[in-house]
Amino acid sequence: MSLALLYGLAGIVLVAMGLYAALVARHVLRRLLGLNVLGAGVFMMLVALASRAVDSAGRPDPVPHAMVLTGIVVAVSATALALALLRRMHRHDGSAQLPEDRAP
Amino acid sequence: MAAEVHALDLVLVVLLVWLGWRALASADLFKAVVQFIVFGLLLSLAWVRLGAPDVALAEAAIGAGLAGALLLDTLARLGRDGAADETRPLGLTPARAGIALACLGLAGLLVASVLLLPESWRGLTGPALQQLGNSGVSNPVTATLLNYRGWDTLLEVGVLLLAVLGLWILDVEPPLPPPAPDPMLGLLLRILLPLAVVVAGYLLWVGAHAPGGAFQGAALLAAGGVLWHLARPLSLPATAPVRAAVVLGFAVFLGVGVAMAAFGGGFLSFPPAWAGALILLIETAAMLSIAVIMLGLFVGGRTGKAGE
Repeated sequence: MSLALLYGLAGIVLVAMGLYAALVARHVLRRLLGLNVLGAGVFMMLVALASRAVDSAGRPDPVPHAMVLTGIVVAVSATALALALLRRMHRHDGSAQLPEDRAP
Repeated sequence: MAAEVHALDLVLVVLLVWLGWRALASADLFKAVVQFIVFGLLLSLAWVRLGAPDVALAEAAIGAGLAGALLLDTLARLGRDGAADETRPLGLTPARAGIALACLGLAGLLVASVLLLPESWRGLTGPALQQLGNSGVSNPVTATLLNYRGWDTLLEVGVLLLAVLGLWILDVEPPLPPPAPDPMLGLLLRILLPLAVVVAGYLLWVGAHAPGGAFQGAALLAAGGVLWHLARPLSLPATAPVRAAVVLGFAVFLGVGVAMAAFGGGFLSFPPAWAGALILLIETAAMLSIAVIMLGLFVGGRTGKAGE
């Protein structure tokens, strides 16, 4: 089993877990954690598959690395905005769950 | 580059999957967030193992550090009842079985597609490394970010700008009670803040030929700012200087791109003789902007002065 396959499969497990949590969880913070784990899984798949394309000096493909670097920064800024929206919702409604999830 | 699998990799993968699951399924959200931070730190080890030290630096500073600080801050603001959740937040109920099946199905499809891919593959390694001499830098990841795929990075800086603008639009948050003065934190700040500034400058410069660059440097600066905010609460109202700092990176990037389009080459295509200097200019502006934006995302529009 190669390094790319091992980490690629781990990335898939993270994607499935993160997606399930993002869809199922009630608390918005937990949904955001789910989306972040989902993103980490996608990044892991990209970097793992990039490690297959190695040149003679042993350097892996830099293009997916740059994409993941971009992705990490975008993910944290989107998370920050989502957290600010969550805090605002909690301040106004007193609940950290989306309206359709709240107990009547 | 170690292509063979070591015992370390197996341990790392098992730990990552387990911590990832605990970060999602822990009933106590505080525990979940802490496990998410540890997950991010281990993830940066995985990036090192996969030969991506640039990504590892960014993950350790941004993915684990800054994201963790943001999550903990929100958790503190939600208070005890706001942070309470079900005892089995991800427990399987009949209503959730369909979602679980769909996620398993997606995982199955992904596994099948990964197994179908060839073991070795040329990718874009060849072209990316061949053109390195014309890119102005010798770190292939920096060359990709700032030269080959400058469009992506320009738009990424744009996304960051939009995120902080979105935060400023939201209404003012009541300030948290001021923390008790902590002499240790003040001492730590006096040592770590200058160190963070020096290392950020080093990372910016060294990014041209070794792992590092604007994003990693900006993350370090922002982390220093967060530490400062924790020791002595800062306010970062959207005054003219702050607005200018936030826009600077995007404006310089776009300005250089437009200048290149006007004087030949085409949008964001740098002539080889100038590429190194132009990339350094863009990266310096981007680093300052991204650091202020990330600090703004943490300190937020909570000061009561912004947006009035």
